[in-house]
Amino acid sequence: MSLETLRIAPGFESYMPKEYVDLVERGPYGRDVKVSELGTFKEVLEEHPMCAGCAMTLFIRVALIGLPCPEHTVILGTAGCGRLALSQASIPFIYGNYGDTNGVASGLKRGLEIRFPNQTKDVVVMAGDGGLSDIGFSCVMHSWFRKEKFTTVMLDNEVYGNTGGQESGMTNKGMVLKMAPFGKKFEKMDMIGLAKTAGVAYIARLAPTNPTRIANVIRKAVLIAREVGPTYVQAYTSCNIEYAIPTPKVMDDARAVEKDRYGFMEIISDEAKAYLERIEQEKKSKAKAVAGT
Amino acid sequence: MAEGLQTEVKTNPQGDVITATEAPKAKEKENKAAKQRVVTPEYLFFEAPRTKTFITGSEAAKEAIRRANVDIAISYPITPQSETMQQVGYLYAEGYLKDYYRGEEEYGVMSAVAGASRAGVRALTATAGPGLMRGMEVITSWPGGRMPLLLLVVCRVINAPLAIQPDNVELSYLLNSGVIVFHAENQQDFYDFPLKAYMISEKCEVTLPVAVAVDGFFVTHARGWVELPPDDIKLPPRECYHEAVPMMDNENPPARLSRDAPIQKSNFISYQMHASWQQEIWAAQDRARPWIKKYMGGLIEVVNPGAETMIVASGSAVSQSREAVRQAGEKGDTIGLVKIRSLRPFPTQELIEACRHAKRIIVPEFNCVGWMAKEVRSALFGQTKAEIVPGPRVFGGMSMPTELILEYLYKTPNEARMTTKPLTV
Repeated sequence: MSLETLRIAPGFESYMPKEYVDLVERGPYGRDVKVSELGTFKEVLEEHPMCAGCAMTLFIRVALIGLPCPEHTVILGTAGCGRLALSQASIPFIYGNYGDTNGVASGLKRGLEIRFPNQTKDVVVMAGDGGLSDIGFSCVMHSWFRKEKFTTVMLDNEVYGNTGGQESGMTNKGMVLKMAPFGKKFEKMDMIGLAKTAGVAYIARLAPTNPTRIANVIRKAVLIAREVGPTYVQAYTSCNIEYAIPTPKVMDDARAVEKDRYGFMEIISDEAKAYLERIEQEKKSKAKAVAGT
Repeated sequence: MAEGLQTEVKTNPQGDVITATEAPKAKEKENKAAKQRVVTPEYLFFEAPRTKTFITGSEAAKEAIRRANVDIAISYPITPQSETMQQVGYLYAEGYLKDYYRGEEEYGVMSAVAGASRAGVRALTATAGPGLMRGMEVITSWPGGRMPLLLLVVCRVINAPLAIQPDNVELSYLLNSGVIVFHAENQQDFYDFPLKAYMISEKCEVTLPVAVAVDGFFVTHARGWVELPPDDIKLPPRECYHEAVPMMDNENPPARLSRDAPIQKSNFISYQMHASWQQEIWAAQDRARPWIKKYMGGLIEVVNPGAETMIVASGSAVSQSREAVRQAGEKGDTIGLVKIRSLRPFPTQELIEACRHAKRIIVPEFNCVGWMAKEVRSALFGQTKAEIVPGPRVFGGMSMPTELILEYLYKTPNEARMTTKPLTV
């Protein structure tokens, strides 16, 4: 929410729940917060109904810290585990129909640009591998080809977790899951390659092993989407339930998968690179000016 | 096309001039649109002087959208709707809309207009037959999201074997979606209804999407007389903060529709929540009635009230019925006609009142299943002793000759079917 509407009306301070007061007084709104400052500010997502040891939850929690302007961000999701956490964050969240995220985000972003020509509103899709590469595939691809200015984040747990463990297009070949009783018959879909073909301005692949990196990637993706074009982040967020990963070993699995086939990778267009350099430069000269006064 | 080749002016099989190579010229993009002034809906609907023009249904829709102050339109081609959204594209090129694009397919398009509506802007799309079916998952979620927007439905065949011909069976699928549904009879209605639909859709106590349906080809591709107010006036813009649910714009706390875990879980709170939300959609439909009366002159129109034989119809079946009524009048018989403008909310009370004196009611329709006859029968159940005849019905692209309606007026359906005279279809 924009800061004006978040603020507590005078006289109501003592009646508001502690959680809310903390969010207003110590939240990440209107300022930059870093992952290294975790514990010193109120996060937008704390309570959630996700499974113990869920890597996706860790990723979402850290990703939300990376949002450059949470008070002007709308997140969209679709059916899947991710939305159970996202809907609990204090950031407006649209839970639409099955696989509609990138269609809705296209209309939403354009509508917000019409209504708020002087205030950037960031739109971020955060949905699962099934939601984006299977049922939402057409909407995802076309939003990229149309160069819609929003970020798509795939929470890739390589399975339909929320419906009880069915094979998805992002599942690895050979994996035996529900609806793939003899093992998956075809390769994991190459969404990174498809994003490249569609001319996505910034593409990143990562595992949730480095929290600072997660926040940085999200920040870059959202900033580039504002000015340059669509951005895509694909994150390995294992399902320790359906893949039977021992809960204390979830991060070991993430590190192993990262090393094996999910290494950190960034593909950034020249225009996006120039844009990032420009805003970094502006930030530095601004800081210098402040230091000088 | 290869570079350097000169284009040639061609026409397509329908006789339209091909415009694929024609980009809007900067000169034409002059400021006619910017010079439009906002007037009250009452002035635009009832007071502004009108000029008679002879235009197609698609052109009538274009003239409505020109004056509707629409922010964004999202299109996707399908016969016979394409013409309508193409025309809206020209309006965009002339500066009447702020944004417009051709979407990926109907599911994506219906999703995108939902996003635009949630952003707080006035949104438009249109589809036909199979496109409506493809978008239906999204369309049925609009009322639950309480999204004001306008969908134009240009009816055509949906079933296999594939055909592109007029037939309005698709409306039967739309009737229980929670979307408000109006059915335009002719070109004039297809100008008037979209404008009125926006105003009704955005009323606080309504806050629902509206579909304006029209029978494809018969209305969209044929010319008729349309009375138009001047084109330098338009409706007031959408005032999204006056509606029943907050926008997803980060300027106010968002609607909690998808936020609370209990709503997505299996427990009594979730059942209660979903049930009351659904009831509220249909209550909002009821609250649209006074506005339909105010802006559209009522949910129904009655010709020859009190007649013993009544025809009840919607859409272009009304036009054919008007002619049948006229022909019967020439023979000295007074036949009544009820035109149903609003299919949802359905004019149950109005229909009971209009059919109070009837001994025989016939329901001509352009579809195989007879959805209107079922609506009429259930509305009048226990309220009339009249014989309700479900027909005549034509479908798959057939036109409805007035002779067919007259046969149903004067004979029972079986007699009509067993007549030795061949039916002129």
